Amino acid sequence: MTDFGFKLSKSSAVELDKVDTTLFERLCEASPDARICMNCGSCGATCTAGPYSGMSLRKVLLGLQRGQDVRPLLSGCMLCGKCTMVCPRGINTRNLILNLCRIYD
Amino acid sequence: MIDRVASGFHPFVIPFVAGMVFVLGYCFIGIFRILLQLPAEDRKRFFISLVTPKTILKNIRDIFCDCLFHVKLWKRNRLLGYMHSSIAFGWFMLIVLGHIEVILFLPHRIRLFYYPIFFNFFVAEADSTIQGSLLFFLMDFFLLIILSGIALAMYKRIRSRIFGMRRTARPSLMNRIGLYSLWAIFPLRLLAESFTAHISGGSFLTIPANWVFRQFLGNDLNLLPTWWAYSIVLDVFMVVLPFSRYMHIPAEMMLIPLRNAGIRVRNARKGFAKVQVLSCPNCGVCIDACPMSVDKANIKDCTVYLTRQLRRKNERRIEEISDKCLLCGKCEAVCQVGVEGPALRIQLRSERKYALSPDYSCIPDPPPAESAGEGKVLYYAGCMSRLVPSVGRSVESVFRKAGIAYEWIDRDGGVCCGRPMYLAGRLEEAEAIVRKNEAQILGYGVGTLVVSCPICYKMFKEKYDLPGIRIVHYIDYMQELLDAGRLKASRSDLCYVYHDPCELGRGMGIYEEPRRLLGRIAAITESPKNRNESICCGGSLGSLTLSFAKREKMTRAALENLYDGKADAIATACPLCLATFSRYADRPVRDIAEIVDAQTVGTITKTEAI
Repeated sequence: MTDFGFKLSKSSAVELDKVDTTLFERLCEASPDARICMNCGSCGATCTAGPYSGMSLRKVLLGLQRGQDVRPLLSGCMLCGKCTMVCPRGINTRNLILNLCRIYD
Repeated sequence: MIDRVASGFHPFVIPFVAGMVFVLGYCFIGIFRILLQLPAEDRKRFFISLVTPKTILKNIRDIFCDCLFHVKLWKRNRLLGYMHSSIAFGWFMLIVLGHIEVILFLPHRIRLFYYPIFFNFFVAEADSTIQGSLLFFLMDFFLLIILSGIALAMYKRIRSRIFGMRRTARPSLMNRIGLYSLWAIFPLRLLAESFTAHISGGSFLTIPANWVFRQFLGNDLNLLPTWWAYSIVLDVFMVVLPFSRYMHIPAEMMLIPLRNAGIRVRNARKGFAKVQVLSCPNCGVCIDACPMSVDKANIKDCTVYLTRQLRRKNERRIEEISDKCLLCGKCEAVCQVGVEGPALRIQLRSERKYALSPDYSCIPDPPPAESAGEGKVLYYAGCMSRLVPSVGRSVESVFRKAGIAYEWIDRDGGVCCGRPMYLAGRLEEAEAIVRKNEAQILGYGVGTLVVSCPICYKMFKEKYDLPGIRIVHYIDYMQELLDAGRLKASRSDLCYVYHDPCELGRGMGIYEEPRRLLGRIAAITESPKNRNESICCGGSLGSLTLSFAKREKMTRAALENLYDGKADAIATACPLCLATFSRYADRPVRDIAEIVDAQTVGTITKTEAI
């Protein structure tokens, strides 16, 4: 193919009707806080693991709601708790991550 | 003193003998089981310590000071100390003196181990000797001491405040039975010995009592029932003992040698931890100490309830209690027997299974070690520097002023020290972070590592293997710079109150150094609860389930303690305390690094600097 210096990226459209959100639902049972996240991204901005694995709790929660595999992001988490300290919604993010690690299959 | 009962036996001793056999058998099997549960290496260490003269002496000293004289309780509150030592030491002396009486007067009966306990029943006064009356006097004296202790114990149940305790643990049913039978033992002993005093002889307590009783009870019919009652109450106490808090009496005698042998908690349910759990006397000193118990909240999550639930094997509550704790270590600092609440909780957390484990291969390996780093200082600010960058900037500024050649390893973000992961009980994962970080640090080839966060400092000191690298907190490093004359300090006009961070104070035992450093540049005052009783700021990463909303009260309570006095500002040496306090404090909160930076100038010229 001719190289035009740009390319079309794969569609990232999410068909919410077909998405499997059981994991997110199970997480919400363990940590109801997961629903009150407003995706501000403070957690991602302060994340220690962010520069290494791209970890950001915002992305993890969004990914779960879209049925995506968030394991690569999550695997870098060092539980340092910066996200908990900055969360404007007061979500206990460390506990949420631990719960997620517990129920992930 | 002559033998009164020819057979040397009376049926009323049976309950006592049964109780004694039961409790001794229980403890003996318990010791055996616990020794089996210890890891082989710990067991070996324990046996070696039992034949090392130095530890033998230490064991004997500790057992006498802690179990009999309750020295730690005396230091905490004299009345509380008197109450415990009067009962423990008094009872011990009654048993010892009872044996001496038997050895001196009825040596052929020494094999009957109930004789020293019921001595007065089995003897009749003959030509009384001076020795005999002295012993009887001592027996009555110690009985009086114990009775005074029991009276205090009864009063303590109504008003614990005069004993320096605001809240005490609610006694469970078994504890109540044990408590009431313990209270009954000594008055019954007094009664029994008093009724017998005209036969066996007695002293200042029993003889007058005997005289009073004989005024309206003309016969000896009440003699046997009281001895029976005394024996039965002893039996009840000893049968209940293994299932109540009174198990701490034998357990503590096992805990002290194990601790002195240097054994640590490696499993929350077995071995050393089991001894700790059994050693908890349920006194509830940890309830008042716990920073979570502000406004009577979370009382049931204190260490005293953890040990209780561990004994009951109530898994749901065990998980709740172990996850909620801030791991500030204050319960351990105030504990009279040395139950390691935080260590137990970390081990309990480590029992959890996680389906997903982290993988830190995404963290790149550092370039190979370069020798250029020798003589340089490596600064590790820790991940809190992302939230409070002023600490890192101040440390850097001090380095510059003092002309120190340094590298800042995590200026643009770095690897966590691993302690938060460790506190969450994921020990292997923490180990993985530690190994990653070690490689990063060794890559710089430096000789000194300066750390500004006490949480990281504790982790580096305890879990890292960094050969040839001196790990130092900036408190010590800045002190050295001032001592060496590389910095010149001026005094600040502000008066600071110093808050001891948990991990630096109780965690690493560093109390004086920050005060000395701060004292060189500013006036300092002390808060009512300081040093090892300092109150956690509430920001601790130890807790897994406490939300930030619930922590606010704890932070405010910790601040109240610091407001006491004439301080203009609060100083601390932990970026986490700094961030947490800054949120609610009504006066400035500063890290000591910031204060040092503001109050010092460099003394060396640019050319001298490396």
